[in-house]
Amino acid sequence: MPQRYVGLAMKRKEDPRLVSGTSTYVDDVVLPGMLHMVVVRSIHGHARIKRIDTSRAQKFPGVVAVVTGEEVAAHCGPVPCAASIPKMKNAQRQLLAVGKVRFVGEPIAAVVATDKYVARDAADLIAIDYEPLPAVVNPEKAMEPDSPRLYDEFSDNIAFNFGFESGNTEEAFKKADVIVKERFVNQRLAPLSMEPRGVVATYQMPDNELVVWASTQVPHLLRTQLAVMLNVPENRTRVIAPEVGGGFGAKIDVYAEDGLVGYLAKKTGRPVKWIEGRGENIAATIHGRDQIDDVELALKNDGTILGMRVKAIADLGAFYSLFTPMIPTLTGLLAPGCYKVPALKFALVGVLTNKMATDAYRGAGRPEATYMIERIMDVAAQKLKMDPAEIRRKNFPQPNEFPFQTSGGVVYDSANYEAALDRALELADYKGLRRKQAELRSQGKYMGIGLSSYVEICAMGPSAAMPGGGWETGSVRIERTGKVTILTGASPHGQGQETTFAQIAADEFGLEPDDIVTIHGDTARIPSGIGTFGSRATAVGGTAMYFAVQDLKEKMKKIAAHLLETTPDKIEFGVGKLVVKGDSGRSMSFIDVVDVAYNAVKLPPGLEPGLDATRFFEPSNFTFPFGTHVCVVEIDAETGEPKITKYVAVDDCGNIINPLLVEGQVHGGLVQGIAQALHEEVVYDENGQLLTGTLMDYAVPRAHDFPEFELDRTITPSPVNPLGVKGVGEAGTIGSTPAVVNAVVDALAPFGISHIDMPLRSEKIWKILKGRKAS
Amino acid sequence: MHVKININGKLYEKDVEPRLLLAHFIRDVAGLTGTHIGCETSICGACTVLSNGLAVKSCTMFAVQADGADLVTIEGMAKDGQLHPLQESFWEEHGLQCGYCTPGMIMCSHQLLSRNESPSEAEIREALDGNLCRCTGYQNIVKAVQSAAGKLKRTTKVAAGD
Repeated sequence: MPQRYVGLAMKRKEDPRLVSGTSTYVDDVVLPGMLHMVVVRSIHGHARIKRIDTSRAQKFPGVVAVVTGEEVAAHCGPVPCAASIPKMKNAQRQLLAVGKVRFVGEPIAAVVATDKYVARDAADLIAIDYEPLPAVVNPEKAMEPDSPRLYDEFSDNIAFNFGFESGNTEEAFKKADVIVKERFVNQRLAPLSMEPRGVVATYQMPDNELVVWASTQVPHLLRTQLAVMLNVPENRTRVIAPEVGGGFGAKIDVYAEDGLVGYLAKKTGRPVKWIEGRGENIAATIHGRDQIDDVELALKNDGTILGMRVKAIADLGAFYSLFTPMIPTLTGLLAPGCYKVPALKFALVGVLTNKMATDAYRGAGRPEATYMIERIMDVAAQKLKMDPAEIRRKNFPQPNEFPFQTSGGVVYDSANYEAALDRALELADYKGLRRKQAELRSQGKYMGIGLSSYVEICAMGPSAAMPGGGWETGSVRIERTGKVTILTGASPHGQGQETTFAQIAADEFGLEPDDIVTIHGDTARIPSGIGTFGSRATAVGGTAMYFAVQDLKEKMKKIAAHLLETTPDKIEFGVGKLVVKGDSGRSMSFIDVVDVAYNAVKLPPGLEPGLDATRFFEPSNFTFPFGTHVCVVEIDAETGEPKITKYVAVDDCGNIINPLLVEGQVHGGLVQGIAQALHEEVVYDENGQLLTGTLMDYAVPRAHDFPEFELDRTITPSPVNPLGVKGVGEAGTIGSTPAVVNAVVDALAPFGISHIDMPLRSEKIWKILKGRKAS
Repeated sequence: MHVKININGKLYEKDVEPRLLLAHFIRDVAGLTGTHIGCETSICGACTVLSNGLAVKSCTMFAVQADGADLVTIEGMAKDGQLHPLQESFWEEHGLQCGYCTPGMIMCSHQLLSRNESPSEAEIREALDGNLCRCTGYQNIVKAVQSAAGKLKRTTKVAAGD
């Protein structure tokens, strides 16, 4: 049957409720007798807690309970970490601080009251006596022997060492004509979903039934973790992720507040709600990046790469959140980028500092890798006086070399890097841009052109590489009326699975997308699942659903063949019917086959009634989307402001289910990646005080910061799944950051600049313009 | 304090604390949860509503300041089951992903189009500077506002008998 809906730019099925204000986010959940929780947090980066006086808060009218560290630690497990690295120190923390606080925003006490204003008032009455301790926020200082130590029980702040070598880097560097080196800093970022975190919980006795509404990307993982943390039977625990207002990785984690709300619902016997404020969100929701990479690249004079050495320092913050230690290790996997790097040595040290924990933020370890390889390629091109496009082209593996084993230790599934590069150069009119640049330079104007050819790791992932499993589930049920219900474990938060999954199933069954409903985000309705992150929803979740659809199609073919007196292999699906191949006169309507399946009288002997299938899909590999971005900037000579005047992105995410949604993901990704290059940074002072704790100080990009992006794509299907899809949720973020920095450095090349650290705010550039003369 | 606030043509009356935020009045007293809260400091714009025709950020206004005002929230945009052209255009142009900023974006765009019936791309980007979106990269929001502007102009012409 021809594809009627896959590939079509269909409007989303989820949007009518979202544009009319009738959707339900966690804060919209209101239950009878519901209490409100407010969390009291550390104002110090590092301090001992000498005394907490809750007496005035306890007596405040409307207050139902006040809890502190010891009580909660006696009843609840710690904030969970699912990742593990050999010999790592176990930097776990309790839901509420016990004895010591290690970052600004660390929860110390919680108040529940009948009203959120009352809970806030009461929280202000809690007196905490601190003994401030010296803090350490710089990871290199934190590694020094005389640094303040975060954990009395550890000998130092070094959480772990991790590394590998493939090929012989020593020999590669000996043979090199040229060695280039540079230090690249990936500053700390805040994921900052527009909907902050939120939790509502009820605890019903005598059945010990815990029901939690949470703004999460991973309802099933959260359910398991809460059951363990609160010692509630998992089969009595239900997690509902209603509408989720963005996540970007930060809502994969299981947070202290999730457990606290559950514990307080149990303690008070009443529903409890907690909604995070924006200040709390910036201080106490995980951060991303914060990595320093010292990179050396060995090359021949013709630009051929011989080897690469990376020394990485990952600032993990004060404790481990769900995947904290694992994220920077992903940087090693992707360090070679889309190039042949025959020898690679990667050495990573994870360090504890007095800051919020880092974890997965859109890209999670891969933006750091892409940034360093794409920057060092430009540094090498500058040194060798090669065009940045040509040095990239020279080192690409060719399409016939895939699957391609990299020195990072992964096998790239499929690609044609050169095709994406060529298309991007053509679309941007690269040669014309270089001519224009030469003209402008002669007039004393500074325009820069930046390239980034990226590959990234998506469809996470094979279970061997994923703590807690990398599979996903899909269940498909054809109802008695012929309507189709899909249940997916890949719980979305803006990605649009309700639409894309309906497109796939509609084509398979010969139905209309309106006949299909995709249910997600409720552990009581969806049998099992992992969630949406690592650009996995379609490639892993969609594939599980696709296999469940195939199971039902096989069963329906058996029924139709039995009644049409032929064999199942002779039956195919047409629009609204099942047809005997080559004999269109012999057919049964879809609904008639469904009727037979449920009325169960005319079924073939031995076939069970009903049309309901569940599949788990375990991917055999990751997928590896790729592309080339071209960024053009002009620098304002008076203010140093870099203005992006053109941005071309050619991305290849394999087959496409809905181009409208793919473009939307790319646009959003570009803005987040560009914002890292130009604007965003979480800043702590040397005492561990958070200086960027509001949206006044943390620079989330706005509409006027960007030009209209020009997008195109190449399509190289992935052989890893039957849909041929790769994933596109993080590509824009990963590809764009180095393109922008390369453009700004290129603009400033006449000043002898070969690198500037992000974010490239106008002040930094202005100083360069004022301090030096162009050559 | 006793306040009377008209929201989407319906009067809501209540004794409220002077410190009650308008956003909480809309959400908790009137039960209209389409208005979202994203920052409590007037930066993100998720809570934008129309007060006497002007776009205001309801998270930094007290309910008592809106006493006697006529408000329109996202729930008041569709008429007779028909989406407002702005709502329709956000849907058609994929101007939303997670949807959390969308009500504020639509209310702010409504003010822009009531002042400027055919804004340029730059004017739209400038007008939406007080509304943050973390998902869409703004490009399709700009397209949605342009598309809605076209629809609204056509509607006005039809109504005027042109």
